[in-house]
This record gives sequence, structure tokens and C-alpha cells, in this order.
Amino acid sequence: MSEHNEHHELGFIRTYVFSIDHKVIGIQYAITGLLFLFFGFCLMMLMRWQLAYPGEALPLIASWFENSQMMPGGVMSPDLYNSFGAMHGTIMVFLGVVPLAVGGFGNYLVPLQIGAPDMAFPKLNAASYWSYFVGGVVMLCSFFLPGGPAQSGWTSYPPLSILASTGQTAWLIGMVFLITSSLLGSINIIVTIVQLRAKGLSFFRMPFLVWAQFVTSFLLVLAFPPLEAAAVFQLMDRVAGTSFFMPSGLVVGGMPLQVAGGGNPVLWQHLFWFLAHPEVYVLILPALGIVTEIIANNTRKPLYGYKTMVYSVLFLGFMSFIVWAHHMFMTGMGTTMSNFFQTTTMIISIPSVILITCLIITLWGGSIRFNLPMMFALAFLPMFAIGGLTGLPLGLATSDIYLHDTYYVIGHFHYVVAPGTLFALFAGIYYWYPKVTGRMMNNLLGKLHFWISFLAINGIFMPMFIQGFAGVSRRLHTPNFYAHAQAVQGTNVFMSISAWVLGAAQLFFIINFFLSLKAGKRASDNPWDATTLEWATPTPPPHGNFLQEPVVHRGPYEYSVPGKATDYIPQQVS
Amino acid sequence: MDSPSIYGWWLPPDVSAHGAIIDQIILIMHVFMVALFVGWGLFFVYCLVRFRQRPGHKARHEIPHSKLPKFLEIGVVIFEAFILVGLSYPAWSKLRTAFPPRESATNIRIVAQQFGWNIHYPGKDGVFGRTDPKLVSDSNTIGLDLNDPNAKDDITTLGQLHFPVDKPVIANLTSKDVIHSLFIPVLRVKHDAIPGMNVPIWWEAKQTGQFEIACAQLCGNGHTTMRGFVSIDTPEEYAAWMAEKEKELEPAPQ
Repeated sequence: MSEHNEHHELGFIRTYVFSIDHKVIGIQYAITGLLFLFFGFCLMMLMRWQLAYPGEALPLIASWFENSQMMPGGVMSPDLYNSFGAMHGTIMVFLGVVPLAVGGFGNYLVPLQIGAPDMAFPKLNAASYWSYFVGGVVMLCSFFLPGGPAQSGWTSYPPLSILASTGQTAWLIGMVFLITSSLLGSINIIVTIVQLRAKGLSFFRMPFLVWAQFVTSFLLVLAFPPLEAAAVFQLMDRVAGTSFFMPSGLVVGGMPLQVAGGGNPVLWQHLFWFLAHPEVYVLILPALGIVTEIIANNTRKPLYGYKTMVYSVLFLGFMSFIVWAHHMFMTGMGTTMSNFFQTTTMIISIPSVILITCLIITLWGGSIRFNLPMMFALAFLPMFAIGGLTGLPLGLATSDIYLHDTYYVIGHFHYVVAPGTLFALFAGIYYWYPKVTGRMMNNLLGKLHFWISFLAINGIFMPMFIQGFAGVSRRLHTPNFYAHAQAVQGTNVFMSISAWVLGAAQLFFIINFFLSLKAGKRASDNPWDATTLEWATPTPPPHGNFLQEPVVHRGPYEYSVPGKATDYIPQQVS
Repeated sequence: MDSPSIYGWWLPPDVSAHGAIIDQIILIMHVFMVALFVGWGLFFVYCLVRFRQRPGHKARHEIPHSKLPKFLEIGVVIFEAFILVGLSYPAWSKLRTAFPPRESATNIRIVAQQFGWNIHYPGKDGVFGRTDPKLVSDSNTIGLDLNDPNAKDDITTLGQLHFPVDKPVIANLTSKDVIHSLFIPVLRVKHDAIPGMNVPIWWEAKQTGQFEIACAQLCGNGHTTMRGFVSIDTPEEYAAWMAEKEKELEPAPQ
């Protein structure tokens, strides 16, 4: 590849901005993703004020907006609340976690872990990042549109989304860019893994993270096109007068609506969830891959049931395509359909149980090091378990009748993606930071970050189950409007305070991130005594990654092999 | 309105004839989940303590093979299969498809709109009048066609759902504008109201009382305030209420 030979001639812009090096693009993805996560979290902290103290003026920022339509008197209007809700969901999922997990970790680590000099298509990789960037900019700009950004939830169910203000058009355009970005990126990862593995690196010698990224990419490639098509349909419904999702005879605000009609709003839900359920695994699987790497490394023993885990993750990927309608039990589904989707939903819990069982048995007989990445990785396990378990009563159509669209659902999926996936991503950042920057992160700041986050995040999401039992609907601007919700209003105050504590705890991470860049302890090439190929490169890895082409001699987790001088044998050591 | 004192930190009281199975599945699942999680958590903590890194302790490359996790996994699968096939399948099928005969039920239509619930009673003749979206006006929110003879005795209310206790109710659910979701917590009733679709649902109450209807699906900036009121009456109270509503019709509004 000629690109690799000319890198020293490139200027600053070509090296750090419009780079085609997978590592730079990975870092760009990760930084952009982290910024979006932070922004999305700030929206949530504002919403939590309204939820804890409904109708009271927002602190600090109220005076800036006193005369705005969205915040009369500094109090959050329902429109503003709905748009923050929609943007929080969209930003966290599509602009935060996926770009960080797949774009950031996938881009940076996959070529390194398989011993490749770069991605298979370096320029496509750059195109993928810039498509994501444009999508993100469109989403952010929608905050300045009259009427504000999208307000119909991150699910954008029509007809509400089609009747909504201009922000929804921006949302759809942004989504088309983001989906395109994910498609390009995932095709790249698949081809890279299939074509560019180092000599000797058979599929069953690949680190589990590579497997997780591989399956994730297939999910994206197969699930995103239907949503892309659906987003274009919805865009046409909004701007070109079609009615894919608009039934006949709508009367909005007392006036008959002039649309062609004949569409069906449930069609959107099928197309949306056909993506958005696999999307859940797109969020989880890279996180699971990261956790697996860290746990194998820090228990100092081989992963228990590596092959079983690989088969489970493949099966999980396959099953994720046939569970989508469990999000739609309340739309008038018949017995046969509901039985099918309940059954597949219960079946998909089995590979998840196997994965988590393998990880916990890996601890057995180990010599566990409690360093920063390991603490976050270990915390992932019970959090993911709570998230997974609470999916069961939602997957059973009968109990879903009561729990559907209550805070129970919000608690469930946040346990999967917030204390679950995000903790795993933090684990990954602490683990690979020395490889990327050449310096270690500060231990004390990291521990403060961990313990406060761990307590606070449970303080946010655990009471959501209580609210769910009490029957509090989701997406309520004034949470105590109904009698049954007044009984649990106290939990909202507790959750909001927890959320602000969690926000404050992230300052330790931010300080640590920048401070360590300058003042962190210098890291060796392999600071964790790890076995996989990325640690065989110089730190940080140069353009082209490996000084000489690596040859792989063994599986990824050869720790504590009896009779050897060190307790690990790297994959490339013959 | 219903007093908040009946509500707390667990499921609200169940006043329906069908809700017991929903509550039962929720309870069984949570006992199962807590048991599994506590067992798992104890093992987790035990591993972390026993196998922590310390001088003189070495990791083992191979660990003895144990069948226990396999048995536990099979146990979990069997339990899930039992809940699914033994409880959830039959309950769902009963709740969603085993409708009581129309003649023995209170038949109503529920037409959701931003931001309220229109309740439509067929009146004395038991036949719903024709509706047409073109006829919708402020005084005729569901667009009832008053030229249709069946519509003359129809009764509509906004957000006042009355029905008698101990008698099934069949409600045809639809929406005028966007997707809403009818949620009556104490009745364990929840179903989406989707424009362009007309979905029948049914329930039966076993206790009288006054309760609230909430909207469970985001439907716009009034989503929070889309409240309706349920009154589960004795047959006498219901008849009296109906008679009063019929009297209101007499001046024949045009």
C-alpha cells in the first residue's frame, strides 16, 4: 500500500485531520464520540432538574433563556423536554456509544490485534469518519432551528414525527449520514478481518474482541439498510407529500389532514426495530469484547470456554435479527406472532447467559489484579447481568402489558448500555490509553472516578425499576402528574442528585485524561504483560503499525502456562 | 379522584379479573431474578476474594472441568421455558383473543387524540353510528355522522370512561392523529391506539372505584397531561349515569 510509504511527507492536516491511518481515525472517532457522550449527558442532567423539581426554573442557565419560547421564565417547556429526550437518546446511541465502541475501539484495535498494517480500505475509513462527523454536525445544528431539534423520541414514531417541527427533518438527514458512516465502517472491518490477518492467525486464534467487532459489523451491515430506507421514506413523507407511514383520515388539532394516506405507522416500527434491536447488540458486543480482553489479561489465565464464547456471540448475532417485534407487543399483535417473538426473546437470553458464565468462570483459579481497567471490567459484569435479567419480564408479552413504556424499560436498557457498556468502554480507555499515548493514566484519579461513578450510576437507574412497578410512564415532562406517580416522586429527587454526582465524577476522568497525556508515567510497549498482537508494536504504534510483519504461533490467551519463565507468552513469540 | 394512598412502591392494587396472571408472572420472574443475581453475586465476590493476586498465589493454566455451570444453564432454560409456555402463552392468548360474546359485554369505542380520550357509547340501539373525519368539529370530536340513524342515540364523552363492574368491556381502540397508548394501571390494561387501525381489547373489573387513564406513548407536548378518568360503577350507578347522558341528548344537537 503506497499510502504507508509516503506518510513522512504529509503535513499536519493530512496527518492529524484528514488522515487515512486507522489509528488516527480511531482516535478521531473516540474523541468525537466522547464529546458527544458528554453533551448528551448534559442534556440529561438538565432534564433531571425538571424531573426532580417539576416547574421550577433551571439553576444557572435559566437567566440566559428567560424570554425564549422553549424556556418561559427559565422553566423547561414540554417541547424542550421532548427535544432533549429525543436528542439524548439519539446522541448517546448513534453519536456516542457506537462511534466510540465500533469507530474508536474497532478502528484502532482491529488492525493491531490481527497484525495488519492498516484497514483494508484506508480512504473508505476516512470517508466513514467524515460522514459520521457531518451527521453529528447536522444533529447539533438542529438545536438552532426554529422549533428546536427533533421531539419525537429517539424512535421517531410516525405520525408524530411526520407532523413534528423542522428539527425532525434535520434528524432524518443526520441519521442518513450516520447510517452511511456505519455501513462504510463495518464493511471495512469485515474485509479487514477476513483479508488482512497476520500469517498464522486463524479465525480461532483471533482475540475475542476481534470476534465481537466482526459480529457487530455484520449486524450493522445487515440491519442498517432497512433503517436507511425507512429514514428516506420518512423524509419523503415529511417533505415530498408521500404517505408511507401516514394512514388515511387523520384529524390533527381538529383539522382533517391533507395527505395522500394509505400508509401504516406500524410499518415504521417494524423497520426501525429491525435495526434497533440488533443495534442493542452493536452497543453491547464491542463492550463485551473489551471486557473479555481485560479479564483474561488480569486474571492471568486463559479465557474459559473461548470457542463456546465465539459460537455464542455468533448465535447471539443471528438471533438478534428475529426478536425485533418484542418492542411492539402493544401494537395489536396476534397470538402466533407474539408467541414467536416471546420465544426468540427467551432464546436470545441463553447465549448471553453463556457469555457471562464463561467470563465469571474465567475468574476461577486466576490471580486477579485489581488495576483500573479491571475494576471497570469487573463492574460491567453485575451491571450487565441486571440489565439482562430485567429484559426477561419485558420479553414475556404478558408481563410486558404492564411494564411496557414505563420507567422499568428505561431502567432495563440503561443498565445494559450505561453502567454496562459505558463501564466497559471506560475499562477499554484505561487499558489501551498507554498504548495510544505512551503514558499511563493516574491511578488515584481513576479510582475516584470508578467508585463514585459506580455508586452514583446505580443510584440513577435502580429506582427506575420502582417507578416502573408503580406504573410511571416514560417521557413524562411532569413526572408527578398522575396519582400513582406522586407516590414515587421522592425517587426522582434521589435519581437526579445521583445523576449530578455522576456528572461531577466524570471530571476526575477528564482531568486524568488530559493530565496523564502530559504528566503520566511513561508506559513500556507492553505495560500489562499482555499476549495479543497490539502489544507487540512500539508504543505508540507508528504509521504501518509493526516494525516487521508479525507471525502468529498460538491462541490469544496463553497465560500462566506451566514450566515457562514468564506467566504469559505473546502470540507472536515462536 | 382516586386517593394516592392506594399507590406505593410496588404494583398498584389490581381491580381487574384478568390482571392476576400479569402480577403473578412479574412476581415469579423477580423472585427468580433476585435469586439468580444474589447467587451469582456471592460466587462473583467469593472468586474476587479467593483468587486475588497476592504473594505466593499463582494462576492455574487449566482449571478442573465442572458440570455445575452447564446444569445451572439448563436449569435457567427449563425455568424460562416453563414461564413462557406454561404461563405467558396461555395468558396472552386469553387476554388478546378470547373475547367474551359482544352481547354480554359493554361495548365502547375509544378514540385517542392529542391530548385526550374520546369515549364513544353506542347508546340504546347498541349500534355505533358512522363516523367521518371530515365531520370533526369542536363539538363533535369524533366526527359522528348525525344523519346516520344509528348515531342519533350515541353518547360521547371526553375522558370520562364509565362502565359497570363484573361485566366484560370490549373497547375498540383507535386514534385520530398520532399513536397513543391507553394505560389504566389498576386494570392492568395497556394497548397502543394507532391511527388507521381499529384494535379491539377487552377487560373486566371486579371492584368499583374512580381511577386514572394515562397515556404511555409519547404523543406530543401534551403527552404528560393526557389524563382520562375511569369510573367503575355498580350496575345501578352505571344505569343512572347512562340515563343522565341520554337526557342530555334530547334537545338533539345539530
